[in-house]
Amino acid sequence: MDASPKRAKNVSFAIVGSGGTGAITAGSILLAAAGKSGWYGLLNRSVGPQIRGGEAAALVRLSTKPAACMSKEFDILVAIDWKNADRFIGAMPIAAGGLVICDPAAGDPPQALIEADCTIVQHPLGELAKSIPGGRENMISVGIVAQLAGLSIDDVMKVGATKLASKGEDAIETGRACIEAGIKAAAGFGQSYPLASPSGQDGKRWLITGNEAVGLGALRGGVRFAAAYPITPATEVLEYLAPALASTGGALVQAEDELASINMIIGASFGGRPSITATSGPGLSLMMESLGLAAASETPIVVVDVMRVGPSTGIATKSEQSDLNIAVYGFHGDAHHVVVAPLSVADCLFTAQWAVHIAETLQTPVIILSDQSIGQSRVLIDKPADVTFLTQRLAFTDAGEAYKRYALTADGVSPMAIPGQPGGQYTADGLTHTERGNPSGAKRDQREQMVKRRDKIEGFDYGDYWGVTEGDSTSNTVILTWGSITGTAREAIDMLTDEGIAVRLVSLRQISPLPVKALETALAGAERVLIVEQSFSGQFYRHVRSYIDLPFDVRMLNREGPDVICPDEIATQIRDWNDQ
Amino acid sequence: MNVPNLKASSFKSDLTPIWCPGCGDFHVLMSITRALAKLGRPPEEVAVISGIGCSSRIPAYTNCYGFHGVHGRSLAVAAGLKVARPDLTVMAMSGDGDGFSIGGNHFLHACRRNVDMTYIVMDNRVYGMTKGQPSPTTESDWDSALSPGGTGLRAFHPLVIALASGANFVAREFSGDIKGCTQTIMEAVNHPGFSFVEILSPCVTFRPDEKEWKNQVHTASVPETDDPARAARRIMTDDGMNTGILYRGTRAPYFATVSGEEGDIAALEQAFEI
Repeated sequence: MDASPKRAKNVSFAIVGSGGTGAITAGSILLAAAGKSGWYGLLNRSVGPQIRGGEAAALVRLSTKPAACMSKEFDILVAIDWKNADRFIGAMPIAAGGLVICDPAAGDPPQALIEADCTIVQHPLGELAKSIPGGRENMISVGIVAQLAGLSIDDVMKVGATKLASKGEDAIETGRACIEAGIKAAAGFGQSYPLASPSGQDGKRWLITGNEAVGLGALRGGVRFAAAYPITPATEVLEYLAPALASTGGALVQAEDELASINMIIGASFGGRPSITATSGPGLSLMMESLGLAAASETPIVVVDVMRVGPSTGIATKSEQSDLNIAVYGFHGDAHHVVVAPLSVADCLFTAQWAVHIAETLQTPVIILSDQSIGQSRVLIDKPADVTFLTQRLAFTDAGEAYKRYALTADGVSPMAIPGQPGGQYTADGLTHTERGNPSGAKRDQREQMVKRRDKIEGFDYGDYWGVTEGDSTSNTVILTWGSITGTAREAIDMLTDEGIAVRLVSLRQISPLPVKALETALAGAERVLIVEQSFSGQFYRHVRSYIDLPFDVRMLNREGPDVICPDEIATQIRDWNDQ
Repeated sequence: MNVPNLKASSFKSDLTPIWCPGCGDFHVLMSITRALAKLGRPPEEVAVISGIGCSSRIPAYTNCYGFHGVHGRSLAVAAGLKVARPDLTVMAMSGDGDGFSIGGNHFLHACRRNVDMTYIVMDNRVYGMTKGQPSPTTESDWDSALSPGGTGLRAFHPLVIALASGANFVAREFSGDIKGCTQTIMEAVNHPGFSFVEILSPCVTFRPDEKEWKNQVHTASVPETDDPARAARRIMTDDGMNTGILYRGTRAPYFATVSGEEGDIAALEQAFEI
């Protein structure tokens, strides 16, 4: 019996069970309880490589510091049953010295686990649940993991009661009894994995997914209309927005396809309402023509692309950063626009709000490149700061003269009339047009309007929001990355710092137009640059390289999904480099 | 706001339309501006949305707010606008290629969705802007460079498809009948839900045979109905030259609208606190 095991900075566990067993609920209760006690962590649902009903696993990592990505290995695995487990058990390898808890009545564990260096405890979870009237194995699992990870039982009980509140007093009491039974059972397992005390900020935690955070950020930014076509892994953005818009005076329309959804938001925005849609790679491909229309007609819109493994249908449930090319370069003609990428789940909130601000201020389409790895992760974050942008379209006021919707101005932004305003009538057009908006084939109009649209995008002051420089800013070793990999890189830098290796992190939130000056400043003094991205062909590297020289020793850590890049790998690359 | 002394000219822009002499679309423009004048809403409270094609040039020829978008998507732009701005009068304009071929799916779903707007399709049974190719409403044996000897495909029935898909108002008019068109457009705009008006609008350049339409059209001999099955049977069995309001339904229009009321974002944020 291990009486006083070493307290760990991270504990990872998986709860597996077929549909209806409540594995995800159990994982969610434990994550929220940990957050209540001040820890951090995240939850991913594993549904296997294909989406289908009837199977689920909650993968949870609890941590003393903000956690950006799932562990590669799991300390604890609780199996409510093994039905269909072979479909996804490969995605949750058990750590050496790990513990597997399963019900002998559910049959033998998968061969991979029997062969692994771990302890398998067969415990009659089903019987235990049956011994409590109305009892369920998933709540027993909550007690087991709470005990093994050393969570606050008080907080677990509180969260459990909240979760079961809608089912009545009896259900809450039953849940409590199940959790207690699980705690008692786990105390006899002879092993435990207690978490060390949290070392992050005090104060309230939020539990949120990247897809929800994008939706909330958009609402904060003033979005009041969305059009939606379902697609994995972006659907949750839209499902979040549907009731949220309804409660804030807005509306969401389910469209017949992505061609309709993009055009619906163009119409709503033309009507003066900040508008958004969310999609993934296949949908973005369908939207490209109309994104060009938004650019040419100077209609502000925001399109969220929650990237998944491509090309074509690819792997819908897994993450990749391979839509950079289409988002930046996929338009026909020279269509100036903006592309941004959230750096973490928490940053989805800020980046979406910022994107709305840019779209409205510059009257342009803005594409947000999120991805499955942050979009569908449910993460404990510090309560985000309030951000206030003075977001406003340049308004039209009737001066009694013929209105020039596309007037040439110093900064390229022209006053935009909104239907209903007398004297502001104009026809928004994808055709090359004059300042008044009338169709034109003249080379002067083509040139002037092109320059205008370029200047408003490239001349805008994006401020300090272009990206982040973190870690040791004096180090000559730099990890250069973008978007969701930022959190992974942060964890790698933490590991290296603990080992006395200094590294600088430079990560871009602003992808297009590329913040050339800021990036050159951030890279000043660098000698070695490791570029990290989840893209087979190195789309980010090629994009950066097309704007700036990289006169450094440059190495790449890049690959396609679904094999996510881990902090360990980044750290290993830097260590190897240092050793040479 | 209702302005009683509006004239058709109040709704015309100062642009000269780029259409061939004799094009039916001139008459459609005239009917639309007359109908709007009679409806009495000022031009700034009307939005005219279109796609791509000869007929889709119309928005810039009006003095309303206009959106000239991409090919086939006028209904989506119009639906987004109407939901976002329920206070406006929204009209979508299209041709038979724009509306029934590349935009065919949106047509079905716009009828289903029943957003309160008016859809006018100027049907000349040919792609005119690209110089004479067959559209979904072109006769199967109509000869062209792109489909020599004809497409061999049956022309499709936009009005029946509209009925089957749930449009709330279905009418056919002939562009040369300005009085009839004006009256029907007014009724279409006033009718709640999705109103579809097909206007036979001859292309004298690529379909000179359509000059004969003025002798072929005739007013519907049977009164309008609120029974979609009856309306469909009539349309399926007539000669395609029957004009008038054929169906007027009673479905409630699409429900969702942007109210513009201040929302409680703080309440939404609280939901994520643990």
